[in-house]
Amino acid sequence: MKEIVTLEKQTDTIVKEKMSGSEAVIKCLLAEGVKTLYGYPGGAIMPVYDQLHQYQDQIHHVLARHEQGAIHAAQGYARISGKVGVVVATSGPGATNLVTGIADAQIDSTPLVCITGQVNSKLLGSDAFQETDIVGISTPVTKWNHQITKASDIPEVLAKAFYIAKSGRPGPVLIDITKDVQFEEFDFSYQKCIQIRSYKPVPVADEEKIQEAAALINSAKKPLIVWGQGVILSEAEAIFKAMVEKSGIPAAWTILGASALPTSHPLNVGMVGMHGNYGPNVLTNECDVLIAIGMRFDDRVTGNLNFYAKQAKVIHFEIDAAEVDKNVKANIPIIGDAKVSLTQLLPYLKEKKHTDWHQRFKDLYTIEYEKVIKNDLHPTKEGLTMGEVIKEINLQSKGNAAIVSDVGQHQMIACRYSDFNITKSNITSGGLGTMGFALPAAIGAKMAAPERDVVAVIGDGGYQMTIQELGTVFQQRIPLKIVVLNNEFLGMVRQWQQLFFDKRYASTEMTNPDFVAIAKGYYIDAKKVTKRSELNSAVKEMMETDGPYFLEVCVEKEGNVFPMVPAGASVSDIRLE
Amino acid sequence: MEENKPYTISIYTENNIGLLNRISAIFQRRHINIESINSSVSEIENISKWTIVVELTEERMKKIIGQIEKQVEVIKAYYHREDEIIYQESCLFKIKSELLFEERQIQNIIKESNSNIVTVNKEFFVLEKSGRTEEIELLHRELEVFGIMQLTRSGRISVSKEEMKISKMLEAFSN
Repeated sequence: MKEIVTLEKQTDTIVKEKMSGSEAVIKCLLAEGVKTLYGYPGGAIMPVYDQLHQYQDQIHHVLARHEQGAIHAAQGYARISGKVGVVVATSGPGATNLVTGIADAQIDSTPLVCITGQVNSKLLGSDAFQETDIVGISTPVTKWNHQITKASDIPEVLAKAFYIAKSGRPGPVLIDITKDVQFEEFDFSYQKCIQIRSYKPVPVADEEKIQEAAALINSAKKPLIVWGQGVILSEAEAIFKAMVEKSGIPAAWTILGASALPTSHPLNVGMVGMHGNYGPNVLTNECDVLIAIGMRFDDRVTGNLNFYAKQAKVIHFEIDAAEVDKNVKANIPIIGDAKVSLTQLLPYLKEKKHTDWHQRFKDLYTIEYEKVIKNDLHPTKEGLTMGEVIKEINLQSKGNAAIVSDVGQHQMIACRYSDFNITKSNITSGGLGTMGFALPAAIGAKMAAPERDVVAVIGDGGYQMTIQELGTVFQQRIPLKIVVLNNEFLGMVRQWQQLFFDKRYASTEMTNPDFVAIAKGYYIDAKKVTKRSELNSAVKEMMETDGPYFLEVCVEKEGNVFPMVPAGASVSDIRLE
Repeated sequence: MEENKPYTISIYTENNIGLLNRISAIFQRRHINIESINSSVSEIENISKWTIVVELTEERMKKIIGQIEKQVEVIKAYYHREDEIIYQESCLFKIKSELLFEERQIQNIIKESNSNIVTVNKEFFVLEKSGRTEEIELLHRELEVFGIMQLTRSGRISVSKEEMKISKMLEAFSN
């Protein structure tokens, strides 16, 4: 692939050294600053593992118990740190086991480099042992992928992989390396990739559009900000906070945007979407200007598009041009990096308070509090609620923990009620809704941020999808806190069955094992809580334990998550009961 | 509801393995049928040019262009209405040689259709026709009644009336 040299601009030359392809892979990772990676060995990637052994004092390989666990760990690592997560797997089933994580990273814009082994290049297409067309399989769910069949291509291709994964709207990249190439000797040198001629990751926003947007924002009577993960990915938190404070505009978040502005901030009016807060959902259909920042109007955010913010002028700050006008037409599209665009915008904004408009959010919050929140957080009935568990975690962590949630009811509750003081703290599978994400993702998150409390909040269903990663927690001695909210149901599906399928609970009831015994089998301290009176001390004990800790909380079996925008309904038709 | 219309897409890309899969996946994922597809060299060295024909609403067409341009190895994508391009398609007909001599009408058809005889031997002759879709369809209908041994039709190739500023974009990168 000689053309690559001419198509990209590179920098940081390292002097040439003769080495094998597999050693070159490690040298590339080191040059990219990779210190931790996740994976699982196998035949076609063994030369790379041999080099990982040689370089183990410089690069830490974490052996997962399943490749899906490895990739979710790399995702958790990337989400909390903003760095590129790296995962290694063998060919065939090793590679296909990555696919769920790749798809998850693609839809949630997580920077990943996945390295897979492949059969000898001479055997390609021969249905050799553990051969699968992973480049073909992963094409629709990767930002970029490439197969290497020549050792001398390794440095250029890996440099390109890291650059593509991290730049612009981040995403997963897969590099497939045939086994013969891993043995092949060549003259190695490494240059970081800084530009690719066919790829413009960061468009520069039009200054005129910025001024137009400022004028519209300044003249708005009832403006609403909805921000997403773009604020976090562009590290725009500080300028975003300044923009919110100066303009005085109520700001609501999507699930992946959570924690970019502290939960306690007076202008933070809560979560939008299907199980979001009452105020921001209802008032989406009353605002006169909707300012969307780094979000993509996912259907779980908008409900029925025919009744979504039709009265509002829409300003859309977005780095990915393909997202503009995809679901919601933007009156003023601002295509660029959120941090850069908001920095341009700020001086043009007038200081405002919007006191009456804020009161509307407060009034609707009061209604939501009385109907929903009070019962979730301060229940008077006997059964434990998921909400009161989150409240206890908030109390013990003082809102400084990173919460890694799985998918389902507990996820919605964790997102709704967690206190976030620190950015990049809400790590969850948003777009793909991958059950089994949380335990491995929390492993990666805790390893990337060892100084922080990391609490995995998981349902009893999702927990059993990647429960084998307890082995990784044990072997790596990761001081992770694992909370399973056990309602003996696949709760979110059961809730839908109750509301929309006349309580026909098809295959949602679970007969569960002794989770405490399983945790203890991995020598992890564990406790089970069934009564409210035990909750406070159990959560306290968990947070104060130095090592890993598993806490099972038996919550009420048929609790529902409200508010809720039913499928096909408008966001302002959100139900409180 | 906006109506489906034929659109011709021009895509300038790097010449890399796997890009066909990546581009076609964009259509497949949205359950859109590709009417015709052609990949070839372009006026710029080492740059491929794709010509794809689809039937879509303009709104969907715009979104698809966004998805295509988003691909790392795509330099630029455009879509054109039928009146914005000059296009040709090509077709080869393999027909029994005896018909050429026995059916006078066939000789007239060949003359009137502006098609060319590529080769003739004892068993068959090969007729080549390049032109717009409807011209080729007309010739096909006329020859069908006599029997066609083999038929192959190419995808559309086109050039746009408006300039597509790829060279300038690439120059800007080099500087």
